[in-house]
Amino acid sequence: MSTNTATPVKIEEKLFQNRYRVDEGHPHISVRDSSVCRDACQDKACTFCCPAGCYAPDASGGVTLSVDGCLECGTCRIICAEHQNVEWWYPRGGYGILFKFG
Amino acid sequence: MSEHFDAIVVGAGPAGNAAAYTLAKGGLNVLQIERGETPGSKNVQGAILYSDALERIIPDFREDAPLERPVLEQRLWVLDEASYIGSTFRSEEFKSGPPNRYTIIRAEFDRWFSEKVREAGALVICETTVTGLLRDDAGKVIGVQTDRMGGDVYADVVVLADGVNSLVAKRAGFHGELQPKDVALAVKEVLFLAPDVIEQRFNIGEDEGVVIEMMGKITQGMIGTGFLYTNRESLTIGVGCMLSSFREGGIPPYQLLEDMKNHPAIRPLLRGAEGKEYAAHLIPEGGYKAVPQLYGEGWVMVGDAGGLVNAVHREGSNLAMTSGRLAAETIIDLKEHRRVMSARNLGEYKRRLDASFVMSDLKKYKHVPDVLHASPHLFTTYPELMSRAAKHMLHVDGADKKSKQRQISQEFREERGMLGMLTDAYKMWRALR
Repeated sequence: MSTNTATPVKIEEKLFQNRYRVDEGHPHISVRDSSVCRDACQDKACTFCCPAGCYAPDASGGVTLSVDGCLECGTCRIICAEHQNVEWWYPRGGYGILFKFG
Repeated sequence: MSEHFDAIVVGAGPAGNAAAYTLAKGGLNVLQIERGETPGSKNVQGAILYSDALERIIPDFREDAPLERPVLEQRLWVLDEASYIGSTFRSEEFKSGPPNRYTIIRAEFDRWFSEKVREAGALVICETTVTGLLRDDAGKVIGVQTDRMGGDVYADVVVLADGVNSLVAKRAGFHGELQPKDVALAVKEVLFLAPDVIEQRFNIGEDEGVVIEMMGKITQGMIGTGFLYTNRESLTIGVGCMLSSFREGGIPPYQLLEDMKNHPAIRPLLRGAEGKEYAAHLIPEGGYKAVPQLYGEGWVMVGDAGGLVNAVHREGSNLAMTSGRLAAETIIDLKEHRRVMSARNLGEYKRRLDASFVMSDLKKYKHVPDVLHASPHLFTTYPELMSRAAKHMLHVDGADKKSKQRQISQEFREERGMLGMLTDAYKMWRALR
């Protein structure tokens, strides 16, 4: 189907264009119970739906989350509807992504 | 800072700014709270501004609003893997009156709108996230909690304009979580290119803009559309699909966007352009049936927070500004008549919304989301068939046109069946009429 998929894209290169003010030590998103990702979740949709690639499958069969590149869209929270295992709140005022153009 | 306000507006997007501006102009004591560093720094849109909705709030906005290009030409492309069929609407009449729509850069536009809100007399506080609502013993909303020290603030009414992730309302129990089938995920990039190159490439003048809407193979079987807009010195290119589609499709959004940029019909338009920002945003596309309760004791909800998006025509900011204005006008009227901000009295906002194009348009298309979810082939089979048909007819190879036509009609029947096509046509007609 995807005959145009000639160039696998590195998400880091896209995120590199963006401006962030990272709130060190205060991630605004977290996984509630990592064993749910490992044992109960079949497709781990967060790992391929997050537009910033914040979620990666890990060696133990679970999911690793890194929020630094987060675009604050809310996809991970909604895609995890079945397990509701994503704790999602806005970053503290002024922190997170700062869109130059939006 | 006084501890009690007539109204608190949460969020400084088009809905929040329209509400705060109208409230302040109406003489109310308004506090507006924005979590971004500046208004607009958290906001994402395609972005097209529809002038009518803004004109009703700030009639002379064209004098100093940061507008990119008035849209003179609207193209619709249906793409398969290597080709596209397109239609174009271009009218010189668009140039004779004040333009009806513009491309904009949302971060700049929202900052400008917020300046107007300040000038109108509202107190605007940035870098502050609202964390919850304050309620009295009877459950009536009487203010907001923020992440500032001693950050509780009180008001007669709270206008929730906090966008698609309206977590404050959700936490307060006003509505449930968005569903993957009711929300689209859009990703986009802003690519810089010299204005004269843009003008040559898109066949436009210095103060003219083009919008290209795209459907077909670029969404790789998912329910969604792509878009390409010309700004003054940049292009906006993006693609949005239902979140439920992304889940089934398994293609990461950024890969989908990259593949789209590499489509042979699109790549030449982007040549030499430099990426400056990559953004993602959810769009509440559940339509009429997904609109939650929009008012209650001491609160109203406007814009994306209330799911007020017309996905069929890709209109959102005008619904946002209109709902913000109508909510504000309702609140001003209640205040003038010294009536309390109860659910019963604030219900007038919903009545005004129902009487406007906002709910009328949403109602008109209320079955569209169901039809699209039930017929994903509308996004794959038909674009492919249309493109193949055009190729057949245009390829001169000695075969006569009548047999070409016969072959095309046979291919259509084989792919969808006569009944299938009639059903599709009927369902779409029912949903769009």
